[in-house]
This record gives sequence, structure tokens and C-alpha cells, in this order.
Amino acid sequence: MKTPLRFLRDENGLWRLLLVTAVIFATLSFLVPGRFLSVRNFASMSFQIPEIGLLSIAMMAAMISGGIDLSAVGIANLSGILASQFLLHYAPEGAGGTWAALVVAVSVGISLAAGAGCGLLNGLLVTRVGIPPILATLGTMQLFSGLAIVLTRGTALYGFPDAFLILGNGYLFSVPVPLVLFAVAVLLVGVLLRRTSFGFSLYLVGTNPTAARFAGLDNAAILVKTYMLSGVLCASAGLVMFARTNSAKADYGVSYTLQAILVAVLGGTNVAGGFGSMAGLVLAILSLQFLSSGFAMLRFSNFSKEFVWGALLLAVMALNVLGDRAARKMQGRKNGTAPQAGGETEELR
Amino acid sequence: MPSRWNMLWKKNEFLVGLTILGLCLFVGSVNSAFWSLPNLFDLLRSSVVLGIFALGALVVIVSGGIDVSFTAVAVLSMYITTKLLLAWGYAGPFLWICLLSCSIGLCLGLVNALFISAFRLPTLIVTLGTMSAFRGFLLAFIGSNHISVLPQAMVAFSQWDLLRGRTPDGVLYSLPGAVLFLFGAALFTWALLRYSMLGRGIYALGGDAVAAERVGFSLSRIQFFIYGYVGVLAGLGGIIHTSLSRMANPFDLVGTEMNVLAAVVLGGARITGGHGSVPGTLLGVGLVVIMNNSLILLGVPSYWQRVAVGLLLLAGTAAPILLARTRKRPHAGEEERS
Amino acid sequence: MAPTPYLELKDICKDFSGVRALETANLSVAPGEIRCLVGENGSGKSTLIKIVAGVVHHDRGEIRIDGHSFSRLHPIDAIREGIQVIFQDFSLFPNLTVAENMAMNTLLAERRRLVTRRRIRDIAGEALSRLGVELDPEALVEDLPVASKQLVAIGRALLQNARLIIMDEPTAALTRPEVRRLLEIIRALKERNIATLFVSHKLDEVMDVSEQITVLRNGRVVADEPRAAFDAARLVFCMTGRRIAQARRSAVPERTDTPLLSLRHLSRKGSFRDVSFDLWPGEILGVTGLLGSGRTELALALFGMEPATEGEIRIEGREVSIRSIHDALRNGLGYVPEDRLTEGLFLSKSLADNAAAGTARDLAGRLGLLPPRAVLRFGEDWIRRLRIAAPSASVPVRNLSGGNQQRVVLARWIALSPKVLVLNGPTVGVDIGSKSEIHAILEDLAAKGMGILIMSDDIPEVLHNCNRILLMKRGRIVEEFDGAATDENELARKLAG
Repeated sequence: MKTPLRFLRDENGLWRLLLVTAVIFATLSFLVPGRFLSVRNFASMSFQIPEIGLLSIAMMAAMISGGIDLSAVGIANLSGILASQFLLHYAPEGAGGTWAALVVAVSVGISLAAGAGCGLLNGLLVTRVGIPPILATLGTMQLFSGLAIVLTRGTALYGFPDAFLILGNGYLFSVPVPLVLFAVAVLLVGVLLRRTSFGFSLYLVGTNPTAARFAGLDNAAILVKTYMLSGVLCASAGLVMFARTNSAKADYGVSYTLQAILVAVLGGTNVAGGFGSMAGLVLAILSLQFLSSGFAMLRFSNFSKEFVWGALLLAVMALNVLGDRAARKMQGRKNGTAPQAGGETEELR
Repeated sequence: MPSRWNMLWKKNEFLVGLTILGLCLFVGSVNSAFWSLPNLFDLLRSSVVLGIFALGALVVIVSGGIDVSFTAVAVLSMYITTKLLLAWGYAGPFLWICLLSCSIGLCLGLVNALFISAFRLPTLIVTLGTMSAFRGFLLAFIGSNHISVLPQAMVAFSQWDLLRGRTPDGVLYSLPGAVLFLFGAALFTWALLRYSMLGRGIYALGGDAVAAERVGFSLSRIQFFIYGYVGVLAGLGGIIHTSLSRMANPFDLVGTEMNVLAAVVLGGARITGGHGSVPGTLLGVGLVVIMNNSLILLGVPSYWQRVAVGLLLLAGTAAPILLARTRKRPHAGEEERS
Repeated sequence: MAPTPYLELKDICKDFSGVRALETANLSVAPGEIRCLVGENGSGKSTLIKIVAGVVHHDRGEIRIDGHSFSRLHPIDAIREGIQVIFQDFSLFPNLTVAENMAMNTLLAERRRLVTRRRIRDIAGEALSRLGVELDPEALVEDLPVASKQLVAIGRALLQNARLIIMDEPTAALTRPEVRRLLEIIRALKERNIATLFVSHKLDEVMDVSEQITVLRNGRVVADEPRAAFDAARLVFCMTGRRIAQARRSAVPERTDTPLLSLRHLSRKGSFRDVSFDLWPGEILGVTGLLGSGRTELALALFGMEPATEGEIRIEGREVSIRSIHDALRNGLGYVPEDRLTEGLFLSKSLADNAAAGTARDLAGRLGLLPPRAVLRFGEDWIRRLRIAAPSASVPVRNLSGGNQQRVVLARWIALSPKVLVLNGPTVGVDIGSKSEIHAILEDLAAKGMGILIMSDDIPEVLHNCNRILLMKRGRIVEEFDGAATDENELARKLAG
């Protein structure tokens, strides 16, 4: 089985991605050694990763189920703004002590509940009404961000109490709080996906909903839960986002939706559903973050990051296809597997 | 002829038209300014760029794909065009400007086609990637400044009116000549989809790609055409947008693609491919534009706009599904497995 | 008889990655001849027609069409020589009209750039008149019933100046009158010297329409004779290769006080009517009937997918309401679906994942935690118990053979230990060896007290494995047979008649 091209057959492209990440890391360490390999750079990267990271996890969950969540940023903004308004009303800037901590706790709860509610709506539109996920979440994207605009009348909210700002800027044992939150989410969702019966069922529903129904799985319940999970993750991204910038705005982070899809796809999540791993996602986000930081140091403009991200997505996807083709050719020559009677397996993809 | 009447009800164009009519009557009854010429001209003016984009998006959706990169293509083409023209000190007619912008759009569209056709990648992912790449390329390497001094021909184009008038209280209003571009593009797309073999191939591809290949269509040729055509329309829309707003803003347009897709879907195109028409799409564009416009006339603050479009989109996609469910025929138990 | 055949295949061999699909197969079709190609699932029929269509290339042998010899036949050659294949899925465009569907090939062949409605209407009118049927040319194909879709496909083939039309299982989804009309059309084609190769495994139609019959079994031609040389019994024998009665199921279940499952006057509009029967613990009951007889619908109703609208279902004497799959599972009903590849399996997922799909929740420990290793162990356990031929539990089921795939689906259900297991076509596309092993598994389950309901049109299968057999026709149960006291010919005749 050991052939020089074995890595090409690796199913989710995880090794390939690891290689890409390592190459990017090595190249940048070589090009700008003093600054790339500095504590300061790693600190700043660890503040940038969590927001897009949380949104990407949310996107990946929806994509594994065979759908997509275009409303991710809408949910983040709407739930964050609901929480901010509560916060500003009961504990404006400068408030401290237990009271402020209590209000912050409640507002976090409000935000997560709102996220879950938004996710519930998405899930119901997809399962009960039967709108394709891409359209349902396109509609709710407009709806959620629209409601966020209505709530703020298009203005920005700012002046949060310090207890809230910790979420975006604080340190826990000298580790940035947002990074801790992201790590917790990676761990929890990773376990949920790979080591629970819910996650197990989710992958099956995403692979073949018909077979899942015939196997007795409750597709609708699984999808609704997935969109709710996605909603909660988006809400937490919203909290980190607003706490870090100390302001809440309805149209914050519009480009994050596409970036989240990009990260998920780069991490090996299949758009058609059924495949996607937390390890791939983390690698994808690391490689993209290394690139952006490196570019900033090389004095490329901030926008070149957008260019490279897009180009990288295309390159990796094309590489995956080429790899699969090569692998299949090799496998065909080795005729290791027995096909269906009549040899119709190829057409059933 | 009851069957004719039934057919009419099944036609999406008819339902969207009815909705528009209802909306117009309602808004008109609340605020009579709706029916005034200045307002109607205004509606047309807002439809031009949205409509041109929607025609491109329609072609892609009919073929069973989805394109989110066309706004990025539009901005990149118009910005490069504007910069080039200013650098050359171009003083010629508008037509060549259009052609230049369209050709740049064409090239960018063909990049999409290359990835979609050669690697058989999902269209959404490819166009997401190119969208990010095109926009990043523009802002990083071409420029990120507003250009407000445009070539003479573009300024002249923005002042080209088909009709002009003055309201009793002295406000000028006009019908811009740009609407002719929308009508021209619509007419061409309509004829293309309906009367050319290529157009039928696009519907065939959206209906059943495997069958289309078996019948003898060249899928890659059709796909190259589709994404190239979207690129051309995006280039056209971009340059018209720039001219009408009298400013080349590199941060513009990107972000409006969802509005465009909403209009196309409301106009009866199915996201799963194979269905959709130019008249339907124009009606969908009309619905979105009127909806946005009427909120203002109804005295609803403009920040409700997105909520309204969101609800409209959800209702517009849910309604046919729910209608179909109630109409479901009894012989659904029939075996139709292959 | 016809001196020069239009199509002639000589000693065709075809392997698929080491598995022999066709072994020195011969086939010839004379101009205007109606020939039936029959065989069980997996006998090589579809491979053979794919070779004739040029979609699949043969390894050895000779193909002659109209006197021309082809060492490697391409689809375009086949079409040029006048061969048209109507596949089971018809390859139509659901979103286009009847007229456009019919005209598409012709327009493409004419290399036109522009089309007019009139041109399309003219072409379609031509096709419809050649076909001699009435169809609204402006109707969308997706709105048509299956039989009309088939007519559209035939019409399209006629326009290509077909000299041989190959129909792959054309009657699979047709009602009786529709079948009759199709057979008439085939005879009418003969009048115009167009030959038909009719691929089927339905005896009555084959006997009805054919002039010549070729029977395939396990990739070999076992009979090639005029229609008159066959009767239903001989045809069945040729197809299945079995005449001597195999060991019948001998274990007769003890009838307890209450049946495991009992149906009374179960009906669903448009699918089946007034179905009543009892299934006792340890019994294997067969429900046979042709496609469209309502057997699949009955199975789906028992599994809660398309619930019955009238009548009652009792499980162990207790009346239950089955409105959803959840109800069916709760009441101990399991269902192995008909179409293994789309309904039964997650092709890209591992054997273990597929086996554990139904039991994930039970496998999981506290907090719903389900380590991947537990799933893998579960899969390996079932590899042993059902003797699945697979290198490990982590291979994708896509790579397994039909028989082993079906065992994976069985494992999934056995693990749930249902009271009643309903199997729809349990051995479709499964090779003979695996077939009997799967039957042995079912036998074993019945011995342990499970009630087993086999829905199948495979006559030997139901005869050799079932205690009793119910025959379904047009949605009703019309007759009951004793599995031990019926012979194949009788059942074949009743099934066809």
C-alpha cells in the first residue's frame, strides 16, 4: 500500500493542508524571522483568530449537515446588539462590582439564547417549510441584519463596562480570553461531532438524507439542532467581536460570511455535506492567519489578504481534485476493489 | 377555457405581477406620490444596474449554478477601465468605454468558467473564491481611492436623458438613457435563452446535466459561455453604475449580490436549476425596487428595508413550496424509482 | 429466417476489475426483429446493452452492425448506425416541454444555432405522428406520468432514424394498460422494419411480445431460441438455472395465541387495499407481486413512511398506530429498503458507520458520548457475526460487493433486534453465493423468534425460504400459497397471469 503518492489518497486532504500550513509558517519565519516568530505577533494573531474561527465552526456544522448558513454574521450582529442594548441599559460604561458582572452574565445569556432562536428559525425553515438551506439562510441573513439595523437605527453602540470588554481583550493566565473561548468551542464542538451519537448521526444525515431516514434517524430534529448550534456559535462570535472593538454596529463584519465558508472549505468540509473535521478547520484558520500576519509584516496592504485567501481557496480545491483524480487512476490500475454487479459504481457518485 | 386560467395561475410571472400590482395599488392609495412621473422614473433608474446584474445571475441559476462573484467582477472591471481611461486621457465615445469594461468582465468570467469546467468544482465555492480574489486584487494592487473626476464620456452618459420634466414646485426629474441598456440586455438575453440552441442547452444543463451530455451538448462550452456572459454583463453594469453615480468607488457594489439573487429567485428562477425567465426576472427586480422605494413613501424609516427584503425573500421562496404541497396529486405513491 | 443480422455480437467478454460480467456472449438481431433479452438482476444484461450503446467497451469479441465491424464502439458510432438506447431513467429534461425534448437531438444533429418554436413543433409533430399517439407537445415533461415520459423518449429515438431501439426494463413503472400500449407500439415499429431489443425479467411481457428470446445467466448466454421454444416454466428455469426443488424451508413455526403482526383491512389510497394477514413468531412470510402491485407501498406503510389511511395494525395483539418511522421503530418494526444504494447505504462512509447508523444512540455511553473506537468495534463484531468479506470495518461500503453491502444493512437492523423485519427485495443484485448466505441469516433470525416479511418478485427466493407466500395484484392480496406445496411453474404462472 505504501506508494510515493500515498498522501494524495488522503481523504479529507488533511495531510496536504498540514503541509501547506507548515510551508507557509516556514516561509514566513524565514522571510521575516525577527517579527513573525515574536511573542507580539503571536499575541496579536491570537486576538484575531477567534472571531472568524467561531463563525467558521458554525459554518462547518451547517455544511456537514448538507446545508450552509449564510445568516451567520447576521446572527452574530443581531444577538450581539440585543445583548449590548441590555448591557448599556443596566450597566453603562464605568459600572463595576458584582452588579456589572451579573448584568454581563445575563447579557451573555441573552445573546446566546437569541443565537439559538435565530438558528431555530433557520432550522424550521429548512425542515418544516422545506426551503433549500442556501435560500432560507439568504433570507434570514437579510432579516437578522435588518432587525439589527432597526434596533440600532443604523448607529453604533459603544461604551461597555470593563467586565464585558474582558471577553474580547482580557487575559486568563496570560492567555487571551477570546483564544480561550475559541479553544473551548473547538474542543466542545469537536467532541460533539466526533464522539457523540448526535455528531455521528449528523454526518450520516449530511451524507445521504434518504438513507438516514430509512435508517430511522430523525433528520428534522438533527438539522434543527445543528442550525441552533450554529446560531449559538455565531452569537458567541458576536460577543467577542463587540467586546474586542468596544462597540456594536449592525453591519459589522459583513465579509466574514464568505471568509467563514472559505475557512470551512479550505479545512476540507464538503459543500455537499457529510465531511468536515475540526482538525482541518483549525489548520485552515492557522494557515490563513499566518498568511495575513505575514503579509502585514511584508508591508503588503491589508487587502492583499483578501486576494490571497481567495486564490488559496481555489488552488487548494483544484489541488484536491487533481489529487483525487491521480489517486483514482492509480486505484483503477491496481483493481483492488470489487465493483457492483454490472460495474455501475462509478456512475453512482 | 378553465385550463388556460389554471395555467396562468401556475405561471410564476403572473403571481409576481399580481403581487407587484397589489403593492403598487396599496402604496399608491396611501401616498399618491407613488404614481407621479418623478417617482416612476426613479424606480426605473434604480432598476438599471440591479436588472443588468440580475440577467446574468438568471442565466447562471437556470444552468443549475450560482454566481456570487459578479459584483466583484463589476467593480474590478469598472475601476480598471476608469483608471486606464484617465491615464490615457481618453475623450472618445461611451461605446468604447463599455466595450473595454465588458471585455475585462469577460476575462474575469472566463476565470470562473475555467475552474468550474476544468476541475468540476461547485459553482458557489469557485465564485466565492474568485470574488475574494478579484476584490482583494483590486484593492491591493489597483487602487483603493474614490475617483470622482471621470472621463468626459461617462459624465455625458450620466446626463443623457430620454425624457425630462419639471414638477410644479420646480424640481427637475428625468428618465435616464441608461434604461435603454437594461432593455437591450434584457431583450438580448431573452432571445438568447429562448431562440438559440445555446439557450436551450443552458436550460438542458440545468434540467439534467447527465442527459444533456448524452444528447450531445458540450457542457464545458456551455459553461464557458455562461460565466463569460455573466462577466460581460457585470462589466456593463459596473461601468453604468459608476457613470450614473459619477464616481468610481472601489468599495461599492460588493455586498449587493444577495439583493440580486433575491430578485432572480423572486422572479421564479429555481435555485436547483432549469427554471427561470427574463420577464420573470425583470418582475422580480421590479418587486425588490418597488418594495425598497415604497417603504419611504409609506413613511417607514429606511432602516426597515433589509427586514422587508428578507421577509419578501422568505415568503417568495416558501409560497411556491407550500402551494405545491397542497396541490400534491394523489398518485404520489406511484413508483418512480430507476 | 433473416439472412443477414442487423446487429451481431460474437464472443463478447467483459471484466470489471477482475470480476467477469460477460463471458463469450453472443447476440444477434435481425432487421425488424423483436428480441427479448432476459435474465435476473446481475446476469449481465445491462453490461451487454451498454456495450451495444458504446458506453462501455468490451474486452474481447466482435461487434458487427449492418455489416460494419467495430473493434471499439463509441456512442456516436452506435447512434450513426441507427442504434438508440432508452435507458431506465429516459435521459429527458424535466424542465422542458415534450416538443423540446423530442426535438433536441435532431436540432443538435442539424448543428443549428437558432431555433424557432415552429421548427420544434414541426419536429415533435413528426415524431408524434410516427409514434401514432396523442401527447400535448407544450406540456412540461416533469408533469407527465411515467408512461408518457417513456413515449417521449421513444419518439425522440424514432426521430434519429433508429433501426434498432433498445429498451432497458421499459415496463418497470408502467400500469397494465400502459404496458399493453407500449407492446402495441413495439409491434407497429416492426411494421416499419425497426427492430426492438426488449430487456426485461418479466415473463408475461416477454412471452407476449417477443419473436426471439436470449437468456443470460451469470454473464453467459444460456438459451437463444424463437419464442415458440419456450413456455413460462422453461424460461424461469433458464433464468434461474434451477429446476430440481431445493431444500424448502422445513421449520414450521409454532402458532402461539397471538400473531406477532396482524393486519386487518389495511388500505392506502392509490397504493393498496384491504390487506389482511397474520405473521407468527418465527415465520418467514413472502409477499410477491410484480412492480406496481403495491408490495413496496405496503412495506413503506408498515415502516411509517407512507402511512396507511385505513385499517388496523396489531403487534402482539395490541393495536398500534404507525404514522411515522419513529412509530414503526418504537413498535419493533424494521425495514430493509429496496434500493440499497440510495436508500440503504451511506456509500462514502465506512462499514462500521453504516452498520451502526440505527444503533448509535444505544451504543453511546453516558452523556451521549460515542467514541469512534466503539463504532469500529461494533462494525468488526458484525463482520464476524455475518461473515462480511471486508478487510476492516473502516473501509467505505462503496468498495464492497452487493452481497456484502446487503449484509451491512442487515447488521444494522439485526442490531436493533426488531420483532418484525420487513425486507424489500433482499437479494437484488446479489451474487448467487451470497444469496443463500443471506437467506441463511434470515432463517437463523426466524429460528430465534423474529417475524420476517420478504417482499420479492424472485420466485425461487420466496418459494425456498418462506413458510407461506401471499400474492399481490393491483394493490390487493389475491391468493395465499403454502411455501412447501407450491412449485415454481405454478407460482410463475400465477404471478404473470
